Amino acid sequence: MNGHLITISNLFKHFPMGKGHFTALKDISLNFDEGEFTGIVGPSGSGKTTLLNIIGSLDSPSEGSAVVMGQDIATLTLKAAARLRKRHLGFIFQTYNLLPVYNVFENVEFPLLLLRMSAYERKKAVMHALEWVGLGDKTGSRPKQLSGGECQRVAIARAIVKKPAIVLADEPTANLDAANSHHILKTMSTLNRELKTTFIFATHDDKVIQYLKRKITLEDGKVAKDEMTAGS
Amino acid sequence: MLAFKLAVKNLAGAGLRTWLNAFVLSLAYVVIVWHSGLLEGWNRMARHDMIEWDIGGGEIWFEKYDPYDPFSYQDAHAPVPENWTREVQQGRMTPVLLTTASFYPEGRIQSVLIKGIDPAQSVLKLPADSMRTDEEIVPVMIGKRMADSNHLKKGDYITIRWRDRHGTFDAAEVKIAHIFKANVPTIDNGQIWMPIEQLRQWLKMPGEATYLVLGQNEKPASAEGWTYQGHDRLLAEMDKMIRQKSVGGMILYTLMLLLAMLAIFDTQVFSIFRRQKEIGTQMALGMTRTQVIGLFTIEGAMHGVLAAVMAAVYGIPLLSLQAVRGLKMPEGMDDYGVAVAEKIFPVYSAGLIAGTVVLVMLTTTIVSYWPSRKIAKMKPTDAIRGKLQ
Ligand SMILES: Nc1ncnc2c1ncn2[C@@H]1O[C@H](COP(=O)(O)OP(=O)(O)OP(=O)(O)O)[C@@H](O)[C@H]1O
Ligand SMILES: [Mg+2]
Repeated sequence: MNGHLITISNLFKHFPMGKGHFTALKDISLNFDEGEFTGIVGPSGSGKTTLLNIIGSLDSPSEGSAVVMGQDIATLTLKAAARLRKRHLGFIFQTYNLLPVYNVFENVEFPLLLLRMSAYERKKAVMHALEWVGLGDKTGSRPKQLSGGECQRVAIARAIVKKPAIVLADEPTANLDAANSHHILKTMSTLNRELKTTFIFATHDDKVIQYLKRKITLEDGKVAKDEMTAGS
Repeated sequence: MLAFKLAVKNLAGAGLRTWLNAFVLSLAYVVIVWHSGLLEGWNRMARHDMIEWDIGGGEIWFEKYDPYDPFSYQDAHAPVPENWTREVQQGRMTPVLLTTASFYPEGRIQSVLIKGIDPAQSVLKLPADSMRTDEEIVPVMIGKRMADSNHLKKGDYITIRWRDRHGTFDAAEVKIAHIFKANVPTIDNGQIWMPIEQLRQWLKMPGEATYLVLGQNEKPASAEGWTYQGHDRLLAEMDKMIRQKSVGGMILYTLMLLLAMLAIFDTQVFSIFRRQKEIGTQMALGMTRTQVIGLFTIEGAMHGVLAAVMAAVYGIPLLSLQAVRGLKMPEGMDDYGVAVAEKIFPVYSAGLIAGTVVLVMLTTTIVSYWPSRKIAKMKPTDAIRGKLQ
């Protein structure tokens, strides 16, 4: 361990393709620390999602290593990867991915059920998270009854309710209009400041970029630029 | 516990398809319980009637008597042993004498089984006392089936032709004194009952019998050449028949269950396919594959629970009503050769219901687990995107 929250060294990712394979990530080396608010940007197909998936232990590197919170993703068992995600990682998806039959409260409660928290603790944490995202009054609604912006706020609440070390968000604003995008970005940067949660985005949305503290540009599977930005 | 809660929520939120599946499955519950209950009710009734009308508390056969071999009847008779005289006099057992004969209904010749019984007997419910008469002519009685199939009425005269113990033919005219109605075909089809003393005279077999019917719980001393036949033995044929009926029922249940299982299997496959994104999301949130498989299995198995509730809602009133009112049996059921009442009152035991629930739950769980194993092969990254597989 070298003190970084995430250490990626000489990472390659190949996908089988026809007879050979396609290399989506080429020799990536990056570190991430606590409290970052970082965007991975780049054109479509540059490997943003692939990198995020590996950090999120949903996929594993082909070569090189990715160490997340002291755990080497390449050698994690499926069970250990699930445990890592359950305890320390939060996910936000472009398409929200709320569980349709659960109401807002239950969706946000889900990660806490997996952590076997008591009902009292769960309720407190869920209400707290929903207040952060400004949905304290919609606990009983079903995802179907919510707007896209509201759905994504529920998803944010679900990602942060267990106070994870890292939140990974793949194109969180891609399906939202400008006003909603700004709203959720403000919410996330507040959470980042107050909880010291590390946020890593994959995005090609300019609206996101102005909120970032750090911007990593991928091109063709390689890190083209890694720069600190003004942030908000 | 978590999986159970989630499964309930998922099921509660699921649509018409779930309810349809549960309904089909609930039919399986109801039909299985109903059909088994009906057979059980039939079985009990048939046993009860057989005991009351035909076999009493058991029988004692003369050793040469084989009910399945009419040729044996010729020699299957012997004087009733003396050590039973008292029991016979006290009405604790009653002798029956058998012979094959011919009679001439509507000018045709037809063979018939003549059974002689004491008109004063009270061992069987058989209304033998209807053959007590002051008339010269020999009174006989027949069952309703026999009467119907030969177009005979009360008061009709028929001619019977028999051979006595020496093989000499003789004939006499008799009068139908009574037509009795009983559920038991074994005392009815192709048989004519007459007073035993008269038959003994005809056959020149004074004091003889083919078998004796015992009153309930009578255990007479044994006698040389006579063998005791208990209920087990005497009802074996009927038990076999009922068992065959339940095999027929089993085929019906299997088909119904198969249909329900197919529907659930299909729903499971469809739901796992459609809910890939949900599965991927659950994995991203930290559920293990085993947990997700468990979740889907429980969710599928909950169909069984839901179906049980549904079955209870309409099945309990329906089936209890029938247990009280009885089920009218269609005519022509007599051909089964087992006692069939006009109405059968089904009997539902706790064991039957519990067994059915276990059977249905077990099959539902297996059929839900089967497609769920597919989840184990999903890559979470593909699942999240809902990528087709
Ligand atoms: N499972 C896979 N099998 C084969 N190729 C894949 C797979 N996943 C990604 N790729 C390829 O890897 C490359 C990078 O994909 P990735 O999804 O990471 O891009 P991205 O930067 O997220 O693009 P976008 O902005 O469109 O989301 C693409 O060319 C894609 O076709
Ligand atoms: Mg992407």
